[in-house]
Amino acid sequence: MAEPVILCRDLWKIYGPEPTKFLARHDSKPSPEQFEQSGHIGAVQDVSLDVQPGEILVIMGLSGSGKSTIVRCLSRLIEPTRGQVLFQGTDLLKATEKEMIEIRRHKMGMVFQNFALLPHRTVIDNVAFPLEVQGVDRAKRHERALEIIELVGLKGREKYYPRELSGGQQQRVGIARSLAVEPDVWFLDEPFSALDPLIRREMQDEFLRLQNLLHKTIIFITHDFDETVRLADRIAIMYEGRIVQLGTAEELVTKPATDYVRAFTRDIPKAKLLTVASVMGPADGNPGDGPAVSDDQLIGDVAAQVFGHDRPVTVRNGSGSVVGSLTRKQVVDALFADGS
Amino acid sequence: MTGTAWPAVSPAWQQSVWFRLRWAFVAALGIVVLILFRGTLPDWAITPPEWLTTNLPLPFLIFGDGFFPAPTIKGSSVADWFNGIVSVLREHEILGLFTFRDVTRGIAGLIVWPLDFSEDLLISGFSDWGIPPIPWVVTTALAGILGWYLRGWGLGLLAASCIAYCAVFGKWELAMTTLSLVLVTAPIAILIGLALGILALKSRRFERALWPVLNLMQSLPHFGYLIPIVVFVGLGHKAGAIATILFALPPMAKITIVALRGVSEEVLEAGVMAGCTRRQMLWRVRIPAARPTLMVGVNQVIMQCLAMVVISAFIGARGLGIDLLFRLQTLQLGRALESGIAIVLMAIALDRLSQALSEKEPVHRQEGPFWSVHPYLTAAGLAAAAGILLAYLVPEAGQLPREMTVTLAPQWDLVIRGVVSALYDPLSFIREYLPPYVLIPIRTFFEQLPWTVFLGAVGLCGWVLGGWRLAALVGAYIGFIVLSGWWTEAMVTTYLVFVAVVICTIFGFPVGVWASRRDRRTRVVAFLCDTFQTFPSFIYLIPVVMLFQVGTISQIMAIVVYASIPVIRYTYVGLRAVPHSMVEAAVSSGCTPSQILWKVRMPLAFPEIMLGVNQTIMFGLFMVMIAGFIGGNFDLAREIFKAKAQNDAGLGLLLALCVAFLGLTADRLISAWASRRKAQLGLT
Repeated sequence: MAEPVILCRDLWKIYGPEPTKFLARHDSKPSPEQFEQSGHIGAVQDVSLDVQPGEILVIMGLSGSGKSTIVRCLSRLIEPTRGQVLFQGTDLLKATEKEMIEIRRHKMGMVFQNFALLPHRTVIDNVAFPLEVQGVDRAKRHERALEIIELVGLKGREKYYPRELSGGQQQRVGIARSLAVEPDVWFLDEPFSALDPLIRREMQDEFLRLQNLLHKTIIFITHDFDETVRLADRIAIMYEGRIVQLGTAEELVTKPATDYVRAFTRDIPKAKLLTVASVMGPADGNPGDGPAVSDDQLIGDVAAQVFGHDRPVTVRNGSGSVVGSLTRKQVVDALFADGS
Repeated sequence: MTGTAWPAVSPAWQQSVWFRLRWAFVAALGIVVLILFRGTLPDWAITPPEWLTTNLPLPFLIFGDGFFPAPTIKGSSVADWFNGIVSVLREHEILGLFTFRDVTRGIAGLIVWPLDFSEDLLISGFSDWGIPPIPWVVTTALAGILGWYLRGWGLGLLAASCIAYCAVFGKWELAMTTLSLVLVTAPIAILIGLALGILALKSRRFERALWPVLNLMQSLPHFGYLIPIVVFVGLGHKAGAIATILFALPPMAKITIVALRGVSEEVLEAGVMAGCTRRQMLWRVRIPAARPTLMVGVNQVIMQCLAMVVISAFIGARGLGIDLLFRLQTLQLGRALESGIAIVLMAIALDRLSQALSEKEPVHRQEGPFWSVHPYLTAAGLAAAAGILLAYLVPEAGQLPREMTVTLAPQWDLVIRGVVSALYDPLSFIREYLPPYVLIPIRTFFEQLPWTVFLGAVGLCGWVLGGWRLAALVGAYIGFIVLSGWWTEAMVTTYLVFVAVVICTIFGFPVGVWASRRDRRTRVVAFLCDTFQTFPSFIYLIPVVMLFQVGTISQIMAIVVYASIPVIRYTYVGLRAVPHSMVEAAVSSGCTPSQILWKVRMPLAFPEIMLGVNQTIMFGLFMVMIAGFIGGNFDLAREIFKAKAQNDAGLGLLLALCVAFLGLTADRLISAWASRRKAQLGLT
């Protein structure tokens, strides 16, 4: 594996009268009762995670689970109580204010749930804002801003004010602004949660299109599991300040770490998630007979083939050798079992 | 109600009217006991004794070359002490070079520059360069185009006609003097308020220190500013300007703090993530994003400035105010009315324009030639050019000569005489019966109210409502008044405001209820309240003097007219703000409309209505001072006018503080009650 872009270890964020002392007093393992008694709230508890270059890591959890706090600790909008955040090898929590400003100016971009556009600036001035505060001259920053505005599909609207745009358009401006400085890491904090379901879907497609072009390292926060499954390379599920499981969607479905994860993944459309490899049985010793499927295909894509055939279907891997077989029963179990 | 243990009360008894009004019965019983047994109290407990007022051993100031304070004519220790400070500031030379007063006068001198400039521009022209003033037609047209730009042609027409009125009715010079005072003082007050707000944002400690000062400044009556200004700046126009700036700045500072703290967290985070430095955060993110709220402050400052500019006539500020004051004093009511209308029109124009400014949303521009991209600028330029050309050809368009102006004063006088004679008989009821049966008994009660009992009652209320902290605070406020040596006068002022507030409530509450019942009524009443609220308080003396001449009734009526607005407004706002779901629940339970009003809306709105009464008390205390010069009571207003006549700054400040502390006492107690009640109802 390449060196992670962001690596965070033992990250804590505690709110309350004396967070640091409280954490030290309980030997870094305070129980929920101790939190309650002392009036502290553990927004983020003992979180460790890594983000690989070019991947989309989705942090998913219900409201109050601490997912927004994590992303703010990683970008140091919030000062963590304890822990370490390595950003491309440098310790973010030891950086001075000046160094942080430099890092944010050149290496980080962030998109916000409620767009957070500056109401008194036009689209182009909003997008150019990160360049403006760096002191890039007007002609140059407008040229760059126009490029990105075109990229996000808002060409022709650059002189409009945010309030003159629809929600989806406003978030396109937010996305364009966060990309203006060509950041290495892209934080998206529930970017589509404030939008209508139809627009949300359109924006997800748009996001995937952009990512295909740009290959950013992305941390994406959401509470929507469908969105998570659509977008994520890897998923971190959060519950009460802790990451309860970190893995691919398939791993979460096939090997849920806790009942909480199991309950979450129960209703997802498995046909579009599970690969043949995760449900197939061992090879039945009759290769070459009938049609064959590839082991990295999705169940939903091969189901017709399996059901159109009386005998188990042969599974081959990328190099063509037989790795297993797939029966009708296996497909049915995988699709309709409720995970228990 | 209190945290103390009550004897067990049966539910049926709890429901009864007797139980619910138990505090009213306790108060009534207290008053009866007080009246019966007042005679048994020792003298020192009734009026503040001399060892508290004139012989209070306050530490003397030893400063530089002498002992202060110097004795005053009717001295109290506190007044002497205040005067000591004033005379130190006035006479003691810092480093032997200059006094504090020299500094204040020097600073005040700077204001002359912009004032002269704007008056030259609007009225007299720059004679040194031979440049004439802006022709009145141009000023009118520009006001119209500004209104058109900010909201539409309706506002443009309104603004232009307000300005034109002043020209046509011969008030041009007076009106433009007043306008130029506002145009100079408002931006300065706004900048200072903004600066204070920014400092408060940077330092919590500064904010904590600033807030009580602003509260105090906002409850000081107008004269609390005027009298010290006379000492430290002098009489005249610029003194009025300085007083106006000081008077108008507290709301701006407060709104700035609220606005800057109220910027959405996400927008701030977006700024940080863009890599803003602290300075960029403030100037490029926080302040621009807070603009809509800041603009509300700008509107308030402008209106406060206009009100204070008018009242500054008392210390010699020129303009419409001094004209109005003179006409009122000489009972030329028709002319007074004409000046009053000019002030009112200016208030309406300034209020609507600045409101439109605060509500104006940015709109993107289309590409095109200059005149189509900037239609308003083009129109303004064309209007100015045409107007100046016209003024060159026809001098009357530059300055309307006196013989071409119109006055309706004789007609107004006829109207006033007609109205007064028509109302004479109905109003004679008030004149004949109010004083002997209502006013004099209440005044006697307040005058003879022992200070110990008043202090005790206020302290007890404070303790019940907010614990010992609040009790100590309001106790200190009242204690200050006791020590000041003006106890009886303060009680007379209390009596005047008390009577006026009771009348305001009796009149305003039903109006508010009535207005809340239909959307149309609410709109009409809201419009009237908004409009009347913008008028400078001084205006309200005109109808009162018309109908009641001078005297106690006039003073009370002036308060009633001015201070009814908050009761009405808070009543209908409170009643309408009751959550819709609760009303629907009541409807589906089968409540009749009047049951919904009295059993659902009223209890929920009552805390809000009490806040309206609170505002009415504050307004009343402001007005009781202004109306002092038509009242003739032996109250704080009379004393403050005397202090002004004698240039007694220490005494003036002391008396103003007494008024402020009366207001703050009421404010703290009522606010504490209202917020506790709202919490009980789960409304916060």
